[in-house]
Amino acid sequence: MDKFTVYKGTTVPIMNDNIDTDQIIPKQFLKSTDKTGFGKNMFFEWRYLSDGESDNPDFILNHPEYRQATILISGDNFGSGSSREHAAWAIKDYGFHAVIAGSFSDIHYNNELKNGILPIVQPLETRQILAGLSPDETIEIDLPNQVIRTSKGDFTFEIDAEWKRKLVNGLDDIGITLEYADLITAYEKKRPAYWQA
Amino acid sequence: MGQTIFDKLWERHVITGETFEPQLLYVDFHMIHEVTSPQAFQGLREAGRQVRRPDLTFGTTDHNVPTVDIFNISDLISKNQIDTLARNVEEFGIDAATHGSARQGIVHMVGPETGNAQPGKVIVCGDSHTATNGAFGAIAFGIGTSEVEHVFATQTLWQVKPKQMKVDFIGKPAKGVYSKDFILALIAKHGVDAGVGYAVEFTGEAVAELEMEERMTICNMAIEFGSKIGLMNPDQKTYDYVAGREFSPKDMAAAIADWETLPSDADAVYDKVITIDVSKLAPMVTWGTNPEMGIEFTESFPEIKDFNDERAYTYMDLKPGGKPSDIDLGYVFIGSCTNARLSDLQLAADIVKGQKIASKLTAIVVPGSRPVKEAAEALGLDKIFLDAGFEWREPGCSMCLGMNPDHVPEGVHCASTSNRNFEGRQGHGARTHLCSPVMAALAAINGKFVDAREVVA
Repeated sequence: MDKFTVYKGTTVPIMNDNIDTDQIIPKQFLKSTDKTGFGKNMFFEWRYLSDGESDNPDFILNHPEYRQATILISGDNFGSGSSREHAAWAIKDYGFHAVIAGSFSDIHYNNELKNGILPIVQPLETRQILAGLSPDETIEIDLPNQVIRTSKGDFTFEIDAEWKRKLVNGLDDIGITLEYADLITAYEKKRPAYWQA
Repeated sequence: MGQTIFDKLWERHVITGETFEPQLLYVDFHMIHEVTSPQAFQGLREAGRQVRRPDLTFGTTDHNVPTVDIFNISDLISKNQIDTLARNVEEFGIDAATHGSARQGIVHMVGPETGNAQPGKVIVCGDSHTATNGAFGAIAFGIGTSEVEHVFATQTLWQVKPKQMKVDFIGKPAKGVYSKDFILALIAKHGVDAGVGYAVEFTGEAVAELEMEERMTICNMAIEFGSKIGLMNPDQKTYDYVAGREFSPKDMAAAIADWETLPSDADAVYDKVITIDVSKLAPMVTWGTNPEMGIEFTESFPEIKDFNDERAYTYMDLKPGGKPSDIDLGYVFIGSCTNARLSDLQLAADIVKGQKIASKLTAIVVPGSRPVKEAAEALGLDKIFLDAGFEWREPGCSMCLGMNPDHVPEGVHCASTSNRNFEGRQGHGARTHLCSPVMAALAAINGKFVDAREVVA
């Protein structure tokens, strides 16, 4: 996993609440057996006209001034619905490094972290300030110090200490867990006998 | 201070870690399907890892399977995903209900049917409706593909213990009001994100009265309430359901003696408690584009309060003040992991028997699994549906999400027993209205929604 320390990028607001993972990546794109290539179909139904190919000029990601944005500002309950990690793969593949929302669905929150995307929870007032930033303003997300720095002020955020350690160091979760193999084996020996074959 | 069932189950499964930090939990049962597992298997292969406990893993195909002529898969990408699962379970030594086999079905049907869903377990699957299995007194939740790979390699997951909520369903429902209405009413009243960060225990006399299949419907939609974990206390109905199935404990007496220690203590404390009196509920119908946008049959569609509502009304082509009975239905879908169990099909068939579906409608029944399909056919339910003009299909996820060829046409309103009415979920431009199987069956006959309470004796 890539390390996430201090990230600088520009923002784009899509402030709808309850953006579900069906919206982030529709079902027809879940048939791939790879983790890459999902970015071009992120927000497919909103991003393209009914021919499925031409850019919908009304959708903010297609506005020229927002095309370089790499930090998404959004509403409450981001990533609700389906557990599909393809949503996180799409967000990453498109080029987003962080999503700042009012709240996240529990499953999608983990999926973002597992892919080195930083999910940040902020209250509505803060997100409204961020949504009002000029599209060419570069903001700074400092994960080690848990602060977002902008021309309109600095905003602190919370993150679990262990998740932060993994992101900052780009650690492989499975590798860490395998260090506990002896504990897992010991646990298996004391599982209820009625479950043993 | 007493403990909840969730406290007890969590405590039993912690291998290491401090409370309120990520803790390493043991996974007793891991279900997999073709959509969310390929990249996890590939990750194992690239790292030279094996599946630690193939004996605690079970696979099936459900999302992509055609419900007509199932071995003739015209979508080659779907076929590749189905074939990839078959190859992966073979390579890694995992038992599976593969495409077209006798046990095949929607993953959340197959777990309970094979007896793998049991009290006391931690059960995971790369699918958000895994909470269905919580109806057995298990911690069951959906995970992403990275977590699927983690479970493959270690049989564990890092999780932070969530807060706990109790949803108490009290009272006795009116005839024509079902467990689907309980959960839709809860979500309509409290919101699609009310359960975020919580494990939700569904309890109360109304839950105790429900049969296992009805209980599964409630836990299935815990995720639509925002909670990835919904669970219930096990009781005699639970034990009776598990007993005698393929993977039920060899020593049921020992298992039951243990399971009887699991239910929440009377003095257990929750972070939040919600009470719903089901005797006051009417059949529910959703009007909008998430499961919170639902109303009782007798209510009118609400006023627009923000741009989220405005967007939903535009997509659904409905207006505030309208009624469910005004919706011009073109499609009816009885299926999905929410409501395609035998009892769901029986309830719907009781309505449909001797009737014909409305002339302009397309109506399909998709049993959730092959065992359900066969049991239904043994009861003659297929004939009842076919005589009425329904299509009787092969089992799978079907147009709950339409990864297979089953879609609701653009702009058409569909009465659906599934769990999500998201934009485009059942097809590009599809307009989904969630409801119970009886409401869907009545809608098929009448071409519009009617009040189940006035029909069900």
